[in-house]
This record gives sequence, structure tokens and C-alpha cells, in this order.
Amino acid sequence: MIPAAFAYARPSTVDEALQAIAEGGDDVKIMAGGQSLIPVMRLRLAAPETVVDLTRVAELRGVRDDGDAIVIGAMTTHHDVMTDPLVLQHAPLIAEATETVADRQVRARGTFGGALAHADPAGDLPAVALALDADFVIAGLGGRRTVPASEFFVDYLTTALEEGELLVEIRVPKLAGEWGMRYEKFNRVAQAWSIVAVAAVVRREDGHIAEARIGLTNMGATPLRASAVEAALAGAQASPETIAEAARSAAEGTAPSSDLNAQADYREHLVQVLTRRAVTAAAGL
Amino acid sequence: MTQINVRVDGVTYTDDVEPRTLLVHYLREQLGKVGTVVGCDTSNCGACTVHLDGAAVKSCTVLAVQADGGEVTTIEGLAPEGGGLHPMQKAFHEMHGLQCGFCTPGMIMASVDLLKENPDPSETEVREGIEGNLCRCTGYQNIVRAVQQAAGEMRGSGNGHASPAEVDTAAAPHVAGAQQ
Repeated sequence: MIPAAFAYARPSTVDEALQAIAEGGDDVKIMAGGQSLIPVMRLRLAAPETVVDLTRVAELRGVRDDGDAIVIGAMTTHHDVMTDPLVLQHAPLIAEATETVADRQVRARGTFGGALAHADPAGDLPAVALALDADFVIAGLGGRRTVPASEFFVDYLTTALEEGELLVEIRVPKLAGEWGMRYEKFNRVAQAWSIVAVAAVVRREDGHIAEARIGLTNMGATPLRASAVEAALAGAQASPETIAEAARSAAEGTAPSSDLNAQADYREHLVQVLTRRAVTAAAGL
Repeated sequence: MTQINVRVDGVTYTDDVEPRTLLVHYLREQLGKVGTVVGCDTSNCGACTVHLDGAAVKSCTVLAVQADGGEVTTIEGLAPEGGGLHPMQKAFHEMHGLQCGFCTPGMIMASVDLLKENPDPSETEVREGIEGNLCRCTGYQNIVRAVQQAAGEMRGSGNGHASPAEVDTAAAPHVAGAQQ
């Protein structure tokens, strides 16, 4: 299985990349780590006219401290994200979820921004970005704009990125107060995609849950927030019983698919179990 | 065609490749490095694992043009110059970490990469560290033992966690000629 022929551009700056995308013709694909794009090209599910390879765009790599947020360059590899001191300090949820992505070799090439822009509903990082209220910085020839995670994921494999635009960095707000985080993923075998997974971010205050943010993986065409559970937990006592009760609403407002791995009703059950586990752990219980 | 310069197993090559040429096909078909094999063709099995600029990658999921200016090590370049085996190769041999052998080049390259980051992995860490490599023969038991054996040798102690595989002969007394 070999990809169909394509024209290849290898820019070394964001400006060059935007130019190459603009000049690439009708069907341009932007390649980050290529760990999803190359397989779909090999299967000829994608046969772009031009591939713009971002591998050499150094300014898109790395994590930096920007005061009230950490900023993750879109081309930072999974390996570099999960070992980054700023990520481990301010958003350990990202490291925890990234460790479960695929396998060691794929994490050496695959990137944070690539996984988010690909927006696979079974991918782990979209729900994490949603739970952390991350902001997506998008560059185009006309300048830059910022889109909140709640508006970035539009549909199955579809994001707010327009033609000619490029995801350049992801801003993850630093959290003030006593926060706990947990990613609970369920899959059958090593390196498999999530059947369902739950990202929980919980702030505790005086034995209560002051705020809970819960992102769901693979419970619909896009990552979702478990709003009913979040509402039930806000201000509730931090006890296993309260959390178990609240977690029963985790499937509300979701629309999971049925596929080889699971039927929809099984996913609806699973999401309640995983929400209970994730919130319980994030609440430090 | 795009011209690439790449150093593979210590030798520098300048070649023209199509942008769509996958690294594994470049290695096998243009350089004759057939020690690196194509297994699943879908970036699951890890049989095609090589090191690109020091990190293990699945060479069926990297374009040859992406290795331009880089350094690739395949299973053929792992052993020390002047003969002999790399400690990981030796351990796979000694611990019988293979049966059909098809996954072995990738297993060894992935395991060497794992030990660079974690020189003394537990059994669980070995199993997680090579989760990107599938073996359909061994059940992994002796592969894990081999990686731990090599870890011991590479740390310099000369003996790893694992002693040679002990076979449970209870169910097959004839194997060991047990008195039963």
C-alpha cells in the first residue's frame, strides 16, 4: 500500500507554510506527525494533490510559559508533551492521556496539534482539551484568531479550521486552587483507540466539589462535556455516593455510535462507570 | 523526484525518491536493507521499526523524504563493528525471544529505544514499552525476559533480572523426563 502521488512542500516557517497551503491547489493536506495522515493516504482514503509537511517548522515545537497559561506548540510530539515539566506541573491530565495514545513509536512522531486538528472522535486529546477549556490559536494569511475548545470541534473529523488555515498553538489556562485530574480510558488491547474515555478536572474546596469539568471521548461525533454531571456536582459534597449518583447522568445528551468495538447502549453504560471512576480519582477520594 | 541525503547504518546515501515513497520501501528496495520488514502495512505491528535521529519509529509511517538530512539505524546496523551481536540481539537469541522471527527486527529496535529512556524496566514497563510491536508466536514471555536480560548486560552488571527461561514441565513431564 503506497500513497497516490502528490506534490510535496516542506516549509520551515509558519509564513512559508501558509503560502504553500495557499498555492497547493484544490486539495491540500497539512502533515504534522503523519501518524494518522500517512495511514489514510496509504489506504487511499485520502489522495491529496499537495502535502505540506510541517516537520521542519521549528517555531511550532515546544511548550512555553505565558503567565496565566501554558502554550503548547502544535508540532510538539506526544513524547515531548508527556515529558514536559510545564505540562506535568499545570496540566498533568494532558500527560496522563497522552501516555495512552497509540504506542511509543507513534508518540515519537505524532503531535499534539495534529491529533487535535484530526479530531477523531476516538482520539484522546480532544476531550482533554475540552475539559481544560483550552484555546486554539489558528493562523491564516490574514492573521491569527483564537477559538475556544467548545467551538473548535464541529463534527466528525471536522474542526473550526477553514481552508488555508493552520493550527499553530494551544493555550491551556493555568488553574488556580486545589485541582485534581484524571483520564479514565477503556479499550480492549494495547495501543487501541478508546472505546470510551472520560477526562475529569475537579476543584475541591472544604470537602466539597466546587467545580467539575468532564470531557467525554467517543460518545458522539465530537468530544462532549458531561454537562448534567458537572451541574449535579457543582457545590456537592465530595463523597463516593454523591459522585456515583451524579455519574448516572453521564450519557445525557450524548450520541455514541455502534461499531465493531461496542454498541451505543454499551457505551452509554461505560461512560457512567468511567465518569464515576475519573471524578472519584480527580476528587482525591 | 526529490533528492535526499540520508545516513543509514553509518553510510551516507544521496538518492532521488518520490515524495510518496515510504521510508521502509526506500530502505528495502533502494538500499537493499531487507532486514527491516513490512508486516501489517497499517502501522500497527511495529515489524518495520527503525531508529530515525535516535528515536524508534515505524518506517511504514514515515516518508523517505522526511529522513532527508537525518540518520537512520536499522537492525542491520545495530551490531558492533567488527562482528558479534548487540546485547539485545544476543539476549533474544539466548532467551529464545522469537519463534518465526518476523517481528524480531522491530522488537529489537523498539526494545533498544526503550532501554535508552529506561535502562532498568520492570516486567510491566517492558510490556508497555513494546506495546507497539506485535508478536503472533511467542506470547511475549521470552521477549520480555530477553529485554530484561539485555538491560542487565547493558547496565554493566552482566546479569539481568531474568535467568534463562524456566519451563513449567508439570503439564508435560516427558519434556523434562520427570519421574511421574
